[in-house]
Amino acid sequence: MTVDTLRLTAEAAAGLLDRGEVSAAELHDAYLAAIGERDGELHAYLRTLDEPNGEGVPIAFKDVVSTRGVETTAGSKILAGFEPVFDATVATRCYEHGLSLLGKTNMDEFAMGSSTENSAYGASHNPWDPSRVPGGSSGGSAAAVAGGLAPWALGSDTGGSIKQPAALCGIVGLRPTYGTVSRSGIVAFASSLDQVGPLTKTVRDCALLYRIIAGRDPCDSTTVELPAPVELPEGTDLEGLRVGVPRQLNEAEGIEPGVKAAVDAAIQLCEQLGASVGECELPLSVEYGMPCYYLIAPAEASSNLARYDGVRYGYRAPVEGGLTELYERTRHDGFGDEPKRRIMLGTYALSAGYYDAFYGQAQKVRTIIGQEFRAVLQDFDVLVSPTSPTVAFPLGARTANPLAMYLSDLLAIPPNMAGLPGLSIPCGLSEGLPVGLQLIGPQFSENLLFRVGHALEQAIGFDSVPERLR
Amino acid sequence: MEITREQVQHVARLARLELSDEELERMREQLSAILEAVGKVAELDLVDVEPTAHPLDLVNVLADDVPRPSLPREEALANAPDPEDGFFGVPAV
Amino acid sequence: MSAWETVIGLEIHAHLKTRTKMFCRCATGFGEPPNTLTCPVCLAHPGTLPVPNRTAVEWTIKLGLALGCAIADRAVFARKNYFYPDLPKGYQISQYDEPLCRGGRLGEVRIHRVHLEEDAAKLIHVGASGRIHGSDASVVDFNRGGTPLAEIVTEPDIRSPEQAGEWLKLLRTTLRRLGVSDVNMEEGSLRCDANISLRPAGSGQLGVKTELKNMNSFRFIERGIRAEIARQEKVLRGGGRVEQETLHFDPRPDAHPPITSLRSKEEAHDYRYFPEPDLLPVTIDPAMVEAARAEMSELPVDRLERLRRELGLSAESARLLAFRGELGDFFEAALVPDGGSRAQVLANWVTGELASRLEDGQDPAASRVTPQALGELVEMVSEKQVSVGAARQVLDKLVAGGGSPATIVEAEGLAAIDGADELAGVVAAAIAANADAAQRVRDGNAKAIGPIVGYVMRETKGRADGTEVSRLIAEQLGI
Repeated sequence: MTVDTLRLTAEAAAGLLDRGEVSAAELHDAYLAAIGERDGELHAYLRTLDEPNGEGVPIAFKDVVSTRGVETTAGSKILAGFEPVFDATVATRCYEHGLSLLGKTNMDEFAMGSSTENSAYGASHNPWDPSRVPGGSSGGSAAAVAGGLAPWALGSDTGGSIKQPAALCGIVGLRPTYGTVSRSGIVAFASSLDQVGPLTKTVRDCALLYRIIAGRDPCDSTTVELPAPVELPEGTDLEGLRVGVPRQLNEAEGIEPGVKAAVDAAIQLCEQLGASVGECELPLSVEYGMPCYYLIAPAEASSNLARYDGVRYGYRAPVEGGLTELYERTRHDGFGDEPKRRIMLGTYALSAGYYDAFYGQAQKVRTIIGQEFRAVLQDFDVLVSPTSPTVAFPLGARTANPLAMYLSDLLAIPPNMAGLPGLSIPCGLSEGLPVGLQLIGPQFSENLLFRVGHALEQAIGFDSVPERLR
Repeated sequence: MEITREQVQHVARLARLELSDEELERMREQLSAILEAVGKVAELDLVDVEPTAHPLDLVNVLADDVPRPSLPREEALANAPDPEDGFFGVPAV
Repeated sequence: MSAWETVIGLEIHAHLKTRTKMFCRCATGFGEPPNTLTCPVCLAHPGTLPVPNRTAVEWTIKLGLALGCAIADRAVFARKNYFYPDLPKGYQISQYDEPLCRGGRLGEVRIHRVHLEEDAAKLIHVGASGRIHGSDASVVDFNRGGTPLAEIVTEPDIRSPEQAGEWLKLLRTTLRRLGVSDVNMEEGSLRCDANISLRPAGSGQLGVKTELKNMNSFRFIERGIRAEIARQEKVLRGGGRVEQETLHFDPRPDAHPPITSLRSKEEAHDYRYFPEPDLLPVTIDPAMVEAARAEMSELPVDRLERLRRELGLSAESARLLAFRGELGDFFEAALVPDGGSRAQVLANWVTGELASRLEDGQDPAASRVTPQALGELVEMVSEKQVSVGAARQVLDKLVAGGGSPATIVEAEGLAAIDGADELAGVVAAAIAANADAAQRVRDGNAKAIGPIVGYVMRETKGRADGTEVSRLIAEQLGI
C-alpha cells in the first residue's frame, strides 16, 4: 500500500502495523522516500537510519537526544562525530515500546535559538513556506512532522523550543510539566528548565507519546512519578471548564493582528464548546519573564557547557601551546555565536560581585512568577494565549540582532519559569501561515490540556498538511 | 548597561573562550544590550522573597550504595581526541 | 621565645570508603588499571546527571556527630566552577552556604564545618623520559574522579606544627573508628591543607594567612607548616608584609626554597558557586540523625572515659591510648582477663617503651610484637621474674624478631637474679670497687650511689631489680 506520510498520524500508523497492513520496514522506507523527496529543501534531518530498529511506529529525535552508536551533535561543531555510548532514557523508553528511529533532526546549537538558524549544520526550512524558519530550537523535528517526514518526533523545550516551532509549523507540541520527563541523556542547556516533549500531528498522538516517555527515572534526580496515568482525550466539549485569558500574554507588544485574530476566534470557540471564559492578570510574569529567563538559562548553560573542553570527547583544536590555549581555541572554534554569547552572559551573571544582582535576583523573580501563575490558576483551569507573537518569519530576518530573536519566545517563556506545562495547537492561519494557541495549566495537568486541546482541535478542524504540499 | 572591554576579557578568560579583537568588540556591544534588557530584574524589590532553585518541591532523592558495571575502557576512551595507553592525553598543565 | 604567635587552621579532605562513587554507581577503588572505573556520568558525557550516594550522606552525618557538629535541617549541593583536566564537568559538585554540618569540636580544636563533595580525577604529569612520546604532556585517569569526600574545616585554633600533627592523628583515629574512611595518606584517602598566619603574641587580631597545599604525609605536614612559619617570620622581621597566597611545599631535602607560590590572591579562582540545579536539597530529619548516632562505634573521647572508669588509668595514659587508636587497640588486646590491677603498668609500657620503639606513625599491630607477647612481658616484670632493664632488652628483641618473652629470657639469660646471696655478693663487689662513692653515700650524698648501682647492673646485665639493688647497697653500707 502507499503510505501518505503527510497525513498519517502515529495512532493510524500503529493501527496499520497492528492489522498487518504494512510492515515496519515498509513504513520506514516510505518515510525515507519522503525524506529523499523533500528534505533537500527542508533540511529537517541531520542524519537518517537506513534500517528500522524496531517493529513499531517510526519516530525522529531532535539531535539533543543521545542515541547510542548514532552521532549526536546537539547542532554543534564541538560534538561533530560524537557517538554516545548510552541511550537517553526517553530513547530507551521509545525503543521499549517498539518505536523505530528514523533519524536525528536539526536544531539550534545546544538548543539556543528560535529558528534553527543557529545550527552549525545549516538552517531548517518551514514546510509551509521554505523561505521562512520553522521555529526553534526544535525546528528540525517540527519541520519533519509538518512536512510528512516523520509521524511524530521528540523535541526539547527550555524557553519555548517545542511550543514555538510547533506553532510556526502548524502542528501540536507539548512542553511537559518540569520533572515528568527524564533529562538523562539529553544534552543539557539549562538544567532547571529543559524538558523533552512530543511534536505530533494530533493531540491524541501527543498524549500517546507523552505516555511512553513520561515518568520518574532513577538516573534523573529531578523527575517524579506522574500523579495519575496519562489519558487519551476523547471528549469534544469543554463543559464546566474555566478558561482564563491573561491580558498581558494576549495583548503583549509585537503580537501580529492576524495572530491575535486567530487566537481570539479560538477563545470564542471555547465558549461555544461550553467553557466559561474570563480575563485575568499576570502583572509581572510577562514583563519580567524574559529577563528572568535570559539570566537563569545562560547561567546554568555557562556551567553545563564547561565540559566541552576537548579533553574527553568532541572537537579538539590543534594547538602548539599548553592547556589554556587548548581550552580557549577549542571552545572558540567549536561553539557558534549564540552559545558563546550565552556562556559569556551566564558567566557574568554568576561572577563575583554580580551574583546577587543578576542570578540571585532572577531566582527570586522566578518565585514571583510562580506565585502569580498559581494565584491565577486558582480561578481558572487553563490559560490561553498565542504561542508566538508572530507567524513564521523569513530566514535571516532576525539573525542580526540577538534581542529580536529572543522576543520570539516572549509568550512561551513565562509559564516555563513556573515549571508549568504548555500545549500548543494550531488554531488557524494568518496570511497563509499557521498560528499556534498556547494552553497553560497547573503542574501535572497534561490530561486536562489534552482534553481541551483535543476538543478544540476537533472543532477547529485545522488541516496540518501545508497547503503547498497537499 | 555598558560593560567594558576589560570586563569582557575577564569573563572570556573565566569561560575559557578565545575572542579576537573584533569578536571582543562585537561581544561587548551585544552583551551590553542584553544586560540592559535583563538588568530589568533589578527593578523589583524582592528582599524578602526566597529564590526558587527548583520548580518542584522535591527533596532527598538519593541512591543506594550498590555498584553497577563501569564502562569497558575501550568505550570510555572511544571518543577521546588523544587516547594514550589507557589514559586521556592532554597538553602539559 | 618568639614574638610571634602562630595561628593554624586545617582543611582536610577524607575519602569516604563507600562502595560506589558520590554521584554515580561506579565502584570506588585504588590501584586499578587506569580508566576502568568510569561511566558516562563520571566522564561528564553530554546529557549525564548526578545521583547522590545515600551512604555518603549518612556517613557525613555520622562524622559530623562524632565531631560534635550541628547537623543541618537542610543541606544543598552547589557547583564550584573552574577548568582543569581532572575536573571533567568543568565544575565540582560540592557544598557552599548550606553544608551538612556546622560547628563542633574535636579535642582542643573547634570545627568550622563539614561538607560533602566529589573528588577530582588523577592528573599525571609525564616528562620527556616518560612513556608518552612528545615532550611535556599530562594524562588523566578518571578512576578516582567522583569518589565521595568529606571536607573538614577547622577554626584557626592550632598553635604549633606539633599540635597540628597530634590533632590530625586524633582525627585519623576518629575517622577510622567511625568506619567511614581508611584515612591512608599514601593512598590519597586523606589530604590536608593548612592555613597559616602569624600575629604578635597576645594580639587578638588575625594576621594575613597563606594556604599551604600538597602535604601528603603527617611528617610533611609538620615540616611544611614549620617551613612556612619560618618564612613568614623572616618576612615580618624584615619589615615586610605577608601576601595572601596559595603555596606549595616541596618536602625534598634539597628543595630551596621549600615554599613556592602556586597562585596569588589576584589569580584566585572565581568559583561562581550556585545551587546545583540537577540535585534536590537534602532534608535531614531527627530520625536520620538518631539512626546515624546509633550506628556510631565508640569514639576516642568515650574510650578515654571508659578506660579511666573501668581500669582506673591516669588521665594522661587514657588520653594517649584513646586518641591514638592503634595504641589503644593494642593495649586492650594485651590486657589479661584479670589484669585490671596491672592495667596502668601495661598502659605505661604501651605508651612509653613500645611506642618509642615504633617508627613514626607505625601501627603497633603491624610490628612484630604481638599484644600477647607484650602482655606476658609486663606480667613477668610485675612478678619480678625479670627486671625492668632486662625487660627493655627483651622488648628490643621482640620488636626486631617477634617471638615469646619467656623464650627470649631463657635464651639470653636475662632472668632476674632472685638469689639474695648472689646479688648480695655482686653488691659487695660493687661497693669494694667504688670506695669513694661508697664513702660519699655514707656521708649523706644519696646521689653518689649511681656508680655503685651502675656496676651492679653491668655485672648482672641489667637483670637485677633496681629497688632490690638499692636496698642491698643501703644495707651493706649501713645506712
